[in-house]
Amino acid sequence: MSLTDIFRARTRPLTSVSSRFSALPKQVRWSLMGLFVVALYFAPRWPDVPVLGWIINTPGTNFSSVLTDQIMIFVLMALGLNVVVGLAGLLDLGYVGFYAIGAYTTAIITSQHANLPWLLAIPIAVLVSMSAGVILGTPTLRLRGDYLAIVTLGFGEIIRITANNSEWLGAAAGIKKIKHPPTIGPLKFGVLDEHPYWYLGFTAILFVIFLLRRLESSRVGRAWSAVREDEDAAELMGVDTFKFKLWAFAIGAGIGGLAGVLYAGKVGFINPDNFQLQLSILFLAAVVLGGTGNMYGAIVGGFLVAWMPERFRNFQDKRFFVFGVALVLVMVFRPQGIIPRRSAAAGIAKKGDSHV
Amino acid sequence: MRDWLIYKTFWDLTVSGLVLGLIYSLVALGYTMVYGVLRLINFAHSEIFMVGTFGSLITITQVLGVPLFNDSNGYPYKSGLALVLTLVACLIGAVLVSGAGAVVLERTAYRPLRGAGDIYGAVVLAFISAFVASMIFSTNLSLNLTFALVATAPISYGYMRIFKKGRQAPRLAFLISAIGSSMAIAEAVATWGPDNRLVYKLPRVLEKKTLFKLFGTDVRIDYAIVAIGAILMMTSLLLFVNKTRLGRGIRAVAQDVETSRILGVNVNSVILITFLLGGCMAGGAAMMFTLMYDQTRFNIGFLLGVKSFTAAVLGGIGNIRGALLGGIVLGLAENYGSSIFGGQWKDVIAFVVLLVVLMFRPTGILGESLGKARV
Amino acid sequence: MKKSNLLRAGAVLAALSFVGAACGSNSDSASDTTAPASAAPTCDNPVAAIGWQGAETGDAGALGVPMIKGANLAIDEYNAENPDACVVLKKFDTQGDPAKAPAAAQAAIKDATILGIIGPGFSGESNAADPLYEEAGLATVTGSATNAELQNNGWKVFHRLLANDAKQGPAIANYLKTVAKKAGVIDDASDYGKGLADAVKTTLGSAVVATDTIDPKAADFSAAVTKMKSAGVDYIFYGGYYAEAAKLATQLKDAGVTAVLVGGDGVKDQAGFADAAGPAAEGALISCPCQDGSADFIAKWQAKYNEFPGTYGAEYYDAANVILAAIKGGAKDRAAVLAAVKAYDADGASKHIKFGANGDVTEGGIYLYQVKSGKITFVQEIK
Repeated sequence: MSLTDIFRARTRPLTSVSSRFSALPKQVRWSLMGLFVVALYFAPRWPDVPVLGWIINTPGTNFSSVLTDQIMIFVLMALGLNVVVGLAGLLDLGYVGFYAIGAYTTAIITSQHANLPWLLAIPIAVLVSMSAGVILGTPTLRLRGDYLAIVTLGFGEIIRITANNSEWLGAAAGIKKIKHPPTIGPLKFGVLDEHPYWYLGFTAILFVIFLLRRLESSRVGRAWSAVREDEDAAELMGVDTFKFKLWAFAIGAGIGGLAGVLYAGKVGFINPDNFQLQLSILFLAAVVLGGTGNMYGAIVGGFLVAWMPERFRNFQDKRFFVFGVALVLVMVFRPQGIIPRRSAAAGIAKKGDSHV
Repeated sequence: MRDWLIYKTFWDLTVSGLVLGLIYSLVALGYTMVYGVLRLINFAHSEIFMVGTFGSLITITQVLGVPLFNDSNGYPYKSGLALVLTLVACLIGAVLVSGAGAVVLERTAYRPLRGAGDIYGAVVLAFISAFVASMIFSTNLSLNLTFALVATAPISYGYMRIFKKGRQAPRLAFLISAIGSSMAIAEAVATWGPDNRLVYKLPRVLEKKTLFKLFGTDVRIDYAIVAIGAILMMTSLLLFVNKTRLGRGIRAVAQDVETSRILGVNVNSVILITFLLGGCMAGGAAMMFTLMYDQTRFNIGFLLGVKSFTAAVLGGIGNIRGALLGGIVLGLAENYGSSIFGGQWKDVIAFVVLLVVLMFRPTGILGESLGKARV
Repeated sequence: MKKSNLLRAGAVLAALSFVGAACGSNSDSASDTTAPASAAPTCDNPVAAIGWQGAETGDAGALGVPMIKGANLAIDEYNAENPDACVVLKKFDTQGDPAKAPAAAQAAIKDATILGIIGPGFSGESNAADPLYEEAGLATVTGSATNAELQNNGWKVFHRLLANDAKQGPAIANYLKTVAKKAGVIDDASDYGKGLADAVKTTLGSAVVATDTIDPKAADFSAAVTKMKSAGVDYIFYGGYYAEAAKLATQLKDAGVTAVLVGGDGVKDQAGFADAAGPAAEGALISCPCQDGSADFIAKWQAKYNEFPGTYGAEYYDAANVILAAIKGGAKDRAAVLAAVKAYDADGASKHIKFGANGDVTEGGIYLYQVKSGKITFVQEIK
């Protein structure tokens, strides 16, 4: 046994923490998870918890608004992009476009050109985003790998520039007075209290997780992993790869649109600056940082990418430098992401040049 | 009115579009070469270009000591040999800074991900970490750096050798490492540069005289220098890749990494040389950029990088001639397009041209050639 | 093997949190890059705080620096006079991004020591943050967000120290009518730049023979330059900010265009425009709802920062003084500060300050400047 092997072997006994968790009786596991979910619903109050608060609080800005305006959005976007990049293996650098379409659809139908209630914006905006995904996907999904990346990047920019130059879409000034969600029982969606928005947004996140878990274990999920690992082989085995790629695109787009609806309903104002190209890159960073192809990784990644620059506010104008360095360091020391995909950890990543 | 304008200004637009396109091409070379060899979008290449403009700036203002304006508030024009020497010095400065930047980037942000992390990368990583640590704890920087070099570097070196040796990271990890470095480089310039986020002016030593008229359009001397310089640089790069031993190594690795490794090619040094060459081209582009626009800023890289990458894909990524063609097509399309539809649609036009080209030629105008068709 | 991931994930998370937490522990010792080198009076036991919201980092970060300097100048003066009841400035950086504005506003609102806000710096973030300030009754005084719609939202807390774009555009266009035969108009597609350019276009009417839009992030404006050149214009209005105006002026001059460049208040920056463009800026006209600031103010600024005041420096000096006057007048809570701001009536460094019912300053003239021998020099008031 070489020195290297000894070192590697030493990390193994430590692995049992989570295998012990899965060995627990079902009831215990479920109640632990339930507790965790309840704790997450109270996330806006975490800064008041002694030790946790010291770690998580964002100095110089308000944690619960960061939670609703950025972390919630990034988590949803990372979940959606993870379907496209992580599950189907399609590199999308223009994902912010679908977020924009969701937000603009909401703005148009609740403020700019119609006076519909916010709740109606959810199905309409999600459908519009999904259609946009299909419209973009149909001609472009035949492209492979990085060609797709640059074309989608262009798509995201086209959406933003169109919004910026079209009076109908509010041009550069943007659209204001977008409706907030209606009052649901004790939850009043106003301007100052952001807690209801978190309850709503976190419920949306749970719903998306539920949906994606079902999808992943279905025929669609298996088709995606076949496409991702070897597209040609999948095609030969009779998988209609184009159809499943288009599905991934549409579902990812729908989740992006949903995030747009939530954002527009929370802040009540959007302008094209909300949908810069850099955001697409940060969304991708969230997915990869967390662990490409792993839903829970995407959630952690989305949280970190949104939260870190706010947490680093004490560095003042150096905080984005520190954020950039942190990205490099995480990738150097943990290239599969913080919570990698299981199959990736088992060996696929070692082959190296799989295309995601 | 618009139709009339494009007709009347056609040659003006052509000349400036060509020059802009050549700068895109030079930057695109870096993307295309790294892509050809590593199948990696080197997102940080735009910042390699950006630091190159600062290399040019430092050379002309600090090393040569040229003032921004002369005593009578005019430009400090030079002529003859002095001019040539100044321009060459700027070129050397820019190429040195960009080339060195590209090499450091490869060693620090990419090589460890290829499972070949070495002591140089470890030292740089430790250095940066110590820098951040000294910011966190507000402690003495030099103390931290000493500590870093003595303690942290061996630890991160050991980590790379023991846990990561031979372990290739997934491709997207490279992308994120690139994005992280790009952000860190740009923000470092914005934070520690003497003028922070403001525009940095370069003294103008070249009087922008008109050399000759082409179809009624002024061809200025700076345009001519950019055109000749870009063509020269690209030709020598082509010659290098096609005729030399090292160039053969690059082509071999681009075609098949494993086979070339078996055949005795030192893959890591080939990759390093690829980065170096790409960096030098970006340095050349940076010097020409500062020559034309007399200024630079921490964020000039991003948009230019996106455009250049588009140009590389347009021409056929991994293809050196493709980068030239793609850059020129993009530069011209942007200029004609913004004249017809208005400047606000410039980027939309660029991306639509790209989309249309990829519809009919899925691997770009000239196809991929540095390596074989892939993925 | 797979389960080791969770543990390692935990380790990475813990490490990141440690970094975050560690930097949280020394928030006071983090160096303030905008603080002047000369010793400023320190304030250990502040009686109140003023919040500043705007861009300190990111692409727009450069615009925030003079604002912070102006505010710090006012606060240091105040603290020197009132060492027992000193006031501090708290900065809320949004990068000018509307998505980050509500969180910053919330933080300011929840900080009970903050009695007034200077900012938000940009119109976009004002739209996102001002509804929150309105709800909280926290007075805002902006010295830079000039969108012509902001005052029409019915926000009681909204105050603005300079004339909005709807007033400036027609004023400069009316002036151009008297001198220009053929005018070109260029904008930067931003809310501010396009709004101003559109107002100029409407007022000038058929005298405008060429229009174009540039991308402020791009380096090359040759398409727009070519258009202006071939249209043979004698005046070019540019709606946008100084950094691009300097690039545009240089590229126009290099292409042999002799037309006079005309800009709005976003261009009025000595270092960023006149110095940066050098000979190419000579003769350029600039309209601005702002004034340089009194000679007294300029002298104080130069003594402290060793440079000429930057754009909006005087406005933010005034904005801070408006709130400081309220605090000095005995206002202890936000409602009292708001009432005092509404009643404010005094000379400031930039102009005489008194707010109208909609929050816009009443004395908001438009002034014309010209670059003469490399210096931005006052010419006349325009209507």
